[in-house]
Amino acid sequence: MKIVVCIKQVPDTEAEVKWDIPNGTLKREGIDSIINPFDEFALEEALLTRENYDGDIVAISMGPDKAADVLRNALALTVNEVHQLTDPAFAGSDTYATSYVLASAMKKIGDVDIVFCGKQSTDGSTGVVAAEIASQLGFSQLTYVSKVRSVDAANKKIIVERAIEGGIEVVEAKLPAVISVIKGINEPRLPNLMGIRKASKMEIPKWSADDLGVDKGKVGAAGSATKVVEITVPPPRGAGEILKGEIEEVAASVVDKLIDMKVIK
Amino acid sequence: MANDVWVYIEHKDGDISPMSYELLGIGKTLADGLGSSVCAFIIGEKVDDLAKEAFYYGVSKVYAIEGDVFKGFRPDAYAKAASSLLSKYTPEIALFRATSQGTDVAAASAAQLQFGLCTDSIGLAIDGGKFKMTRAAFGGNYTVTVVNEKAKPQIATVRPKSFPMPAKDTSKSGEVVKETFSIAEADLNTKILDFMKSEVAINLVEADIIVSGGRGVGKPEGFKMLQDLAKVLGGALGASRAAVDSGWVAYEHQVGQTGKTVKPKIYIACGISGAIQHLAGMRTSDCIVAINKDPDAPIFKNASYGIVGDLNQVVPKLIEKFKSKLGR
Repeated sequence: MKIVVCIKQVPDTEAEVKWDIPNGTLKREGIDSIINPFDEFALEEALLTRENYDGDIVAISMGPDKAADVLRNALALTVNEVHQLTDPAFAGSDTYATSYVLASAMKKIGDVDIVFCGKQSTDGSTGVVAAEIASQLGFSQLTYVSKVRSVDAANKKIIVERAIEGGIEVVEAKLPAVISVIKGINEPRLPNLMGIRKASKMEIPKWSADDLGVDKGKVGAAGSATKVVEITVPPPRGAGEILKGEIEEVAASVVDKLIDMKVIK
Repeated sequence: MANDVWVYIEHKDGDISPMSYELLGIGKTLADGLGSSVCAFIIGEKVDDLAKEAFYYGVSKVYAIEGDVFKGFRPDAYAKAASSLLSKYTPEIALFRATSQGTDVAAASAAQLQFGLCTDSIGLAIDGGKFKMTRAAFGGNYTVTVVNEKAKPQIATVRPKSFPMPAKDTSKSGEVVKETFSIAEADLNTKILDFMKSEVAINLVEADIIVSGGRGVGKPEGFKMLQDLAKVLGGALGASRAAVDSGWVAYEHQVGQTGKTVKPKIYIACGISGAIQHLAGMRTSDCIVAINKDPDAPIFKNASYGIVGDLNQVVPKLIEKFKSKLGR
């Protein structure tokens, strides 16, 4: 079985991200980068699938040079192969352009059975790239997956649970499938020292737009239909009122204020 | 008309949430700005009842695709049908709710049409003839405005509760335009085997009132008390990442950058310090009440009302007072 996992490098979720507003770019200096938290679950699910059903894992990441770090981490966790999709032409790609590049990588890898992605990134937070990859390749589209129940590689079938509004949906799907996973589907492991040491010496192979055979007119800022035209800092909420006094009085006061809103039915 | 605004009507197994129609209001506003009309589009096994309801909420035309194959929501079937309608009529704008279903169909349809979309929009406007979609980025620290000048329809998914529900008028009716679209069962990738209903009665994202707990709750039992308060108020239970990661409460309750984004009318934050990643998920709530022992907790800078104190004393008092005032 061939398992692909898509991972992204994002700014640390604990850091206060600064945006260079006139230039519309992110100030990356001084900000720690991490693997997108949702992708850690995707990577772990790929490792579990390999353990339970056999196969090879290919980890891919689209991003600038520095993003190679997340692939090195994947190597330390013993994925079989990594590829960094990097090209100046990719900069500023919107969701369709991004999924087009990733889908092109799936085609180049070939004979893919399962693609694992995180539910969304914590920076762009669009949460649609997995669905767009599935739609482009004609793969089964399985989003918000909270459990992989079974994989039948011989008969090209998978059964998963999806955590959607109101409950859990159990779906059987044909392979190949693109699966986006939610937090809590597993407990991501940490790489061991030997894995880290080994990965530190490994080469991260790069694939450019030409390597992937992508049409440069369809990627990057120029090739994307949607673009960001304005970035603003939302006005601060402004600190409200600190209610002071004995708990008895304070509680009575807040209860009155909330009841006056006429929201409580 | 080619510059109409289309709204996707979401439903599940014949179960219609009135919230499915929430986008018809903003759809109308946008259509007025363009000098066009708002229309609905519906895909399903049977669509007539759904269409009737859409007329009540102010549309006069509904485009529909019906068929047995659309019993139960399946992304490939629905997206292929939706994209066939959208490419035939090429409306100016197509709106979907940013729910699991709305996002699935919008994303797959956009991919079929080969262009991008703006997801989880919180603001939509026609400005100088241009459609501007506003969304939060980087954990709500920034708001970005997105345009699509290259492709039609311009597709946006919209965060639930971002716009007021349009008024319902049951005297209204309209025209249903039924289009045929066939797809063979054998060509579909998925089959729904089962649906296990959640024990959590109120959907966090659609809740008007949320009582949420963080690290300061200190133990799993503390969430029982918050649940009691939520119950008295008819609200839902939320939690911060710290509380979920400590195993005190299930992930489905998590609010924040790696959890759900919510916009209730009242958000009561108990023992939540107000880390950036939590604020990202709840800062647009109408009224935030913060209860925290630490007077310097950043949550107080974002709270409409702050109570500096021990939640183990404050919350039981709130329960007692709400019960007596509301007669519960």
